[in-house]
Amino acid sequence: MVQYSQSRFDASFGALSDATRRGVLEQLGRADASITDLAKKFHMTLTGMKKHVGVLEQAGLVTTEKVGRVRTCKFGLRGLEEEAAWIEGYRQLWAARFDELDIVVEELKRKEKAKWT
Amino acid sequence: MDVRRESEATPTKNRTGVERKSELELVVTRTVNAPARLVFEAWTRAELFRRWWVPKSYGLTLLSCEMDVRVGGQYRLVFRHEDSTMEFFGTYLEVTPHSRLVWTNEEGDNGKTITTVTFEENDGKTLLVVHDLYPSKEALDSGSTGGMPEALDQLDELLVSLGSSSATK
Repeated sequence: MVQYSQSRFDASFGALSDATRRGVLEQLGRADASITDLAKKFHMTLTGMKKHVGVLEQAGLVTTEKVGRVRTCKFGLRGLEEEAAWIEGYRQLWAARFDELDIVVEELKRKEKAKWT
Repeated sequence: MDVRRESEATPTKNRTGVERKSELELVVTRTVNAPARLVFEAWTRAELFRRWWVPKSYGLTLLSCEMDVRVGGQYRLVFRHEDSTMEFFGTYLEVTPHSRLVWTNEEGDNGKTITTVTFEENDGKTLLVVHDLYPSKEALDSGSTGGMPEALDQLDELLVSLGSSSATK
């Protein structure tokens, strides 16, 4: 978990080191926008903007969704991935707990058996 | 052949399921190979409970574990993790021997989480269902993830400050 958030942090800081990308985040904080909108607003080529959005997306700061021919960008974390990692961590905690519970319960079973024999 | 049979009999095949039922509910399930009264005992006697509740691999030490398992009774667990201690405490709302336990979890700032555990015996085995009801979505999201939500909050703050400084340029 610690390592996971560390690499996320590195990616985030990398993404934030660029003025255009910070501007894009600020823009998306106000409203969703397509790559074309963003390219126009920041006077860039589509390819250039795609690269910037890609970096932000990798860092988990922006999500994109393609509907028809338009790719819309939203400010925000990768909700589903975050949740999947979270649930898996929680499942591992309980699995470890239950494995120890099995040991305790096996011992109770043995003790009970011993009482009757 | 014998080896295979042996490995099939190991307890590791007991699967732990986790499902997020709604924005406020998490459900964990597991079948334990023992009658409900023994499983219930392991959940309600402090000296047994403390042996399994904190998995050894998690680097936590359980300093104390007090459980007054009756309706209105309190529990309090104190852990040490590296240099800090953490407390978990709450009240038992329902205690039905061998079938149902309900308690509150009151250490959070965002209200009480309610945990309901049911013990369902079938053919000498017990299906455990642990249902957590959180007071808010935020409380659930910050539940058991350790540093993550805090890290994300810090990132949010950073973004806000970066956003405002680039806007003034």
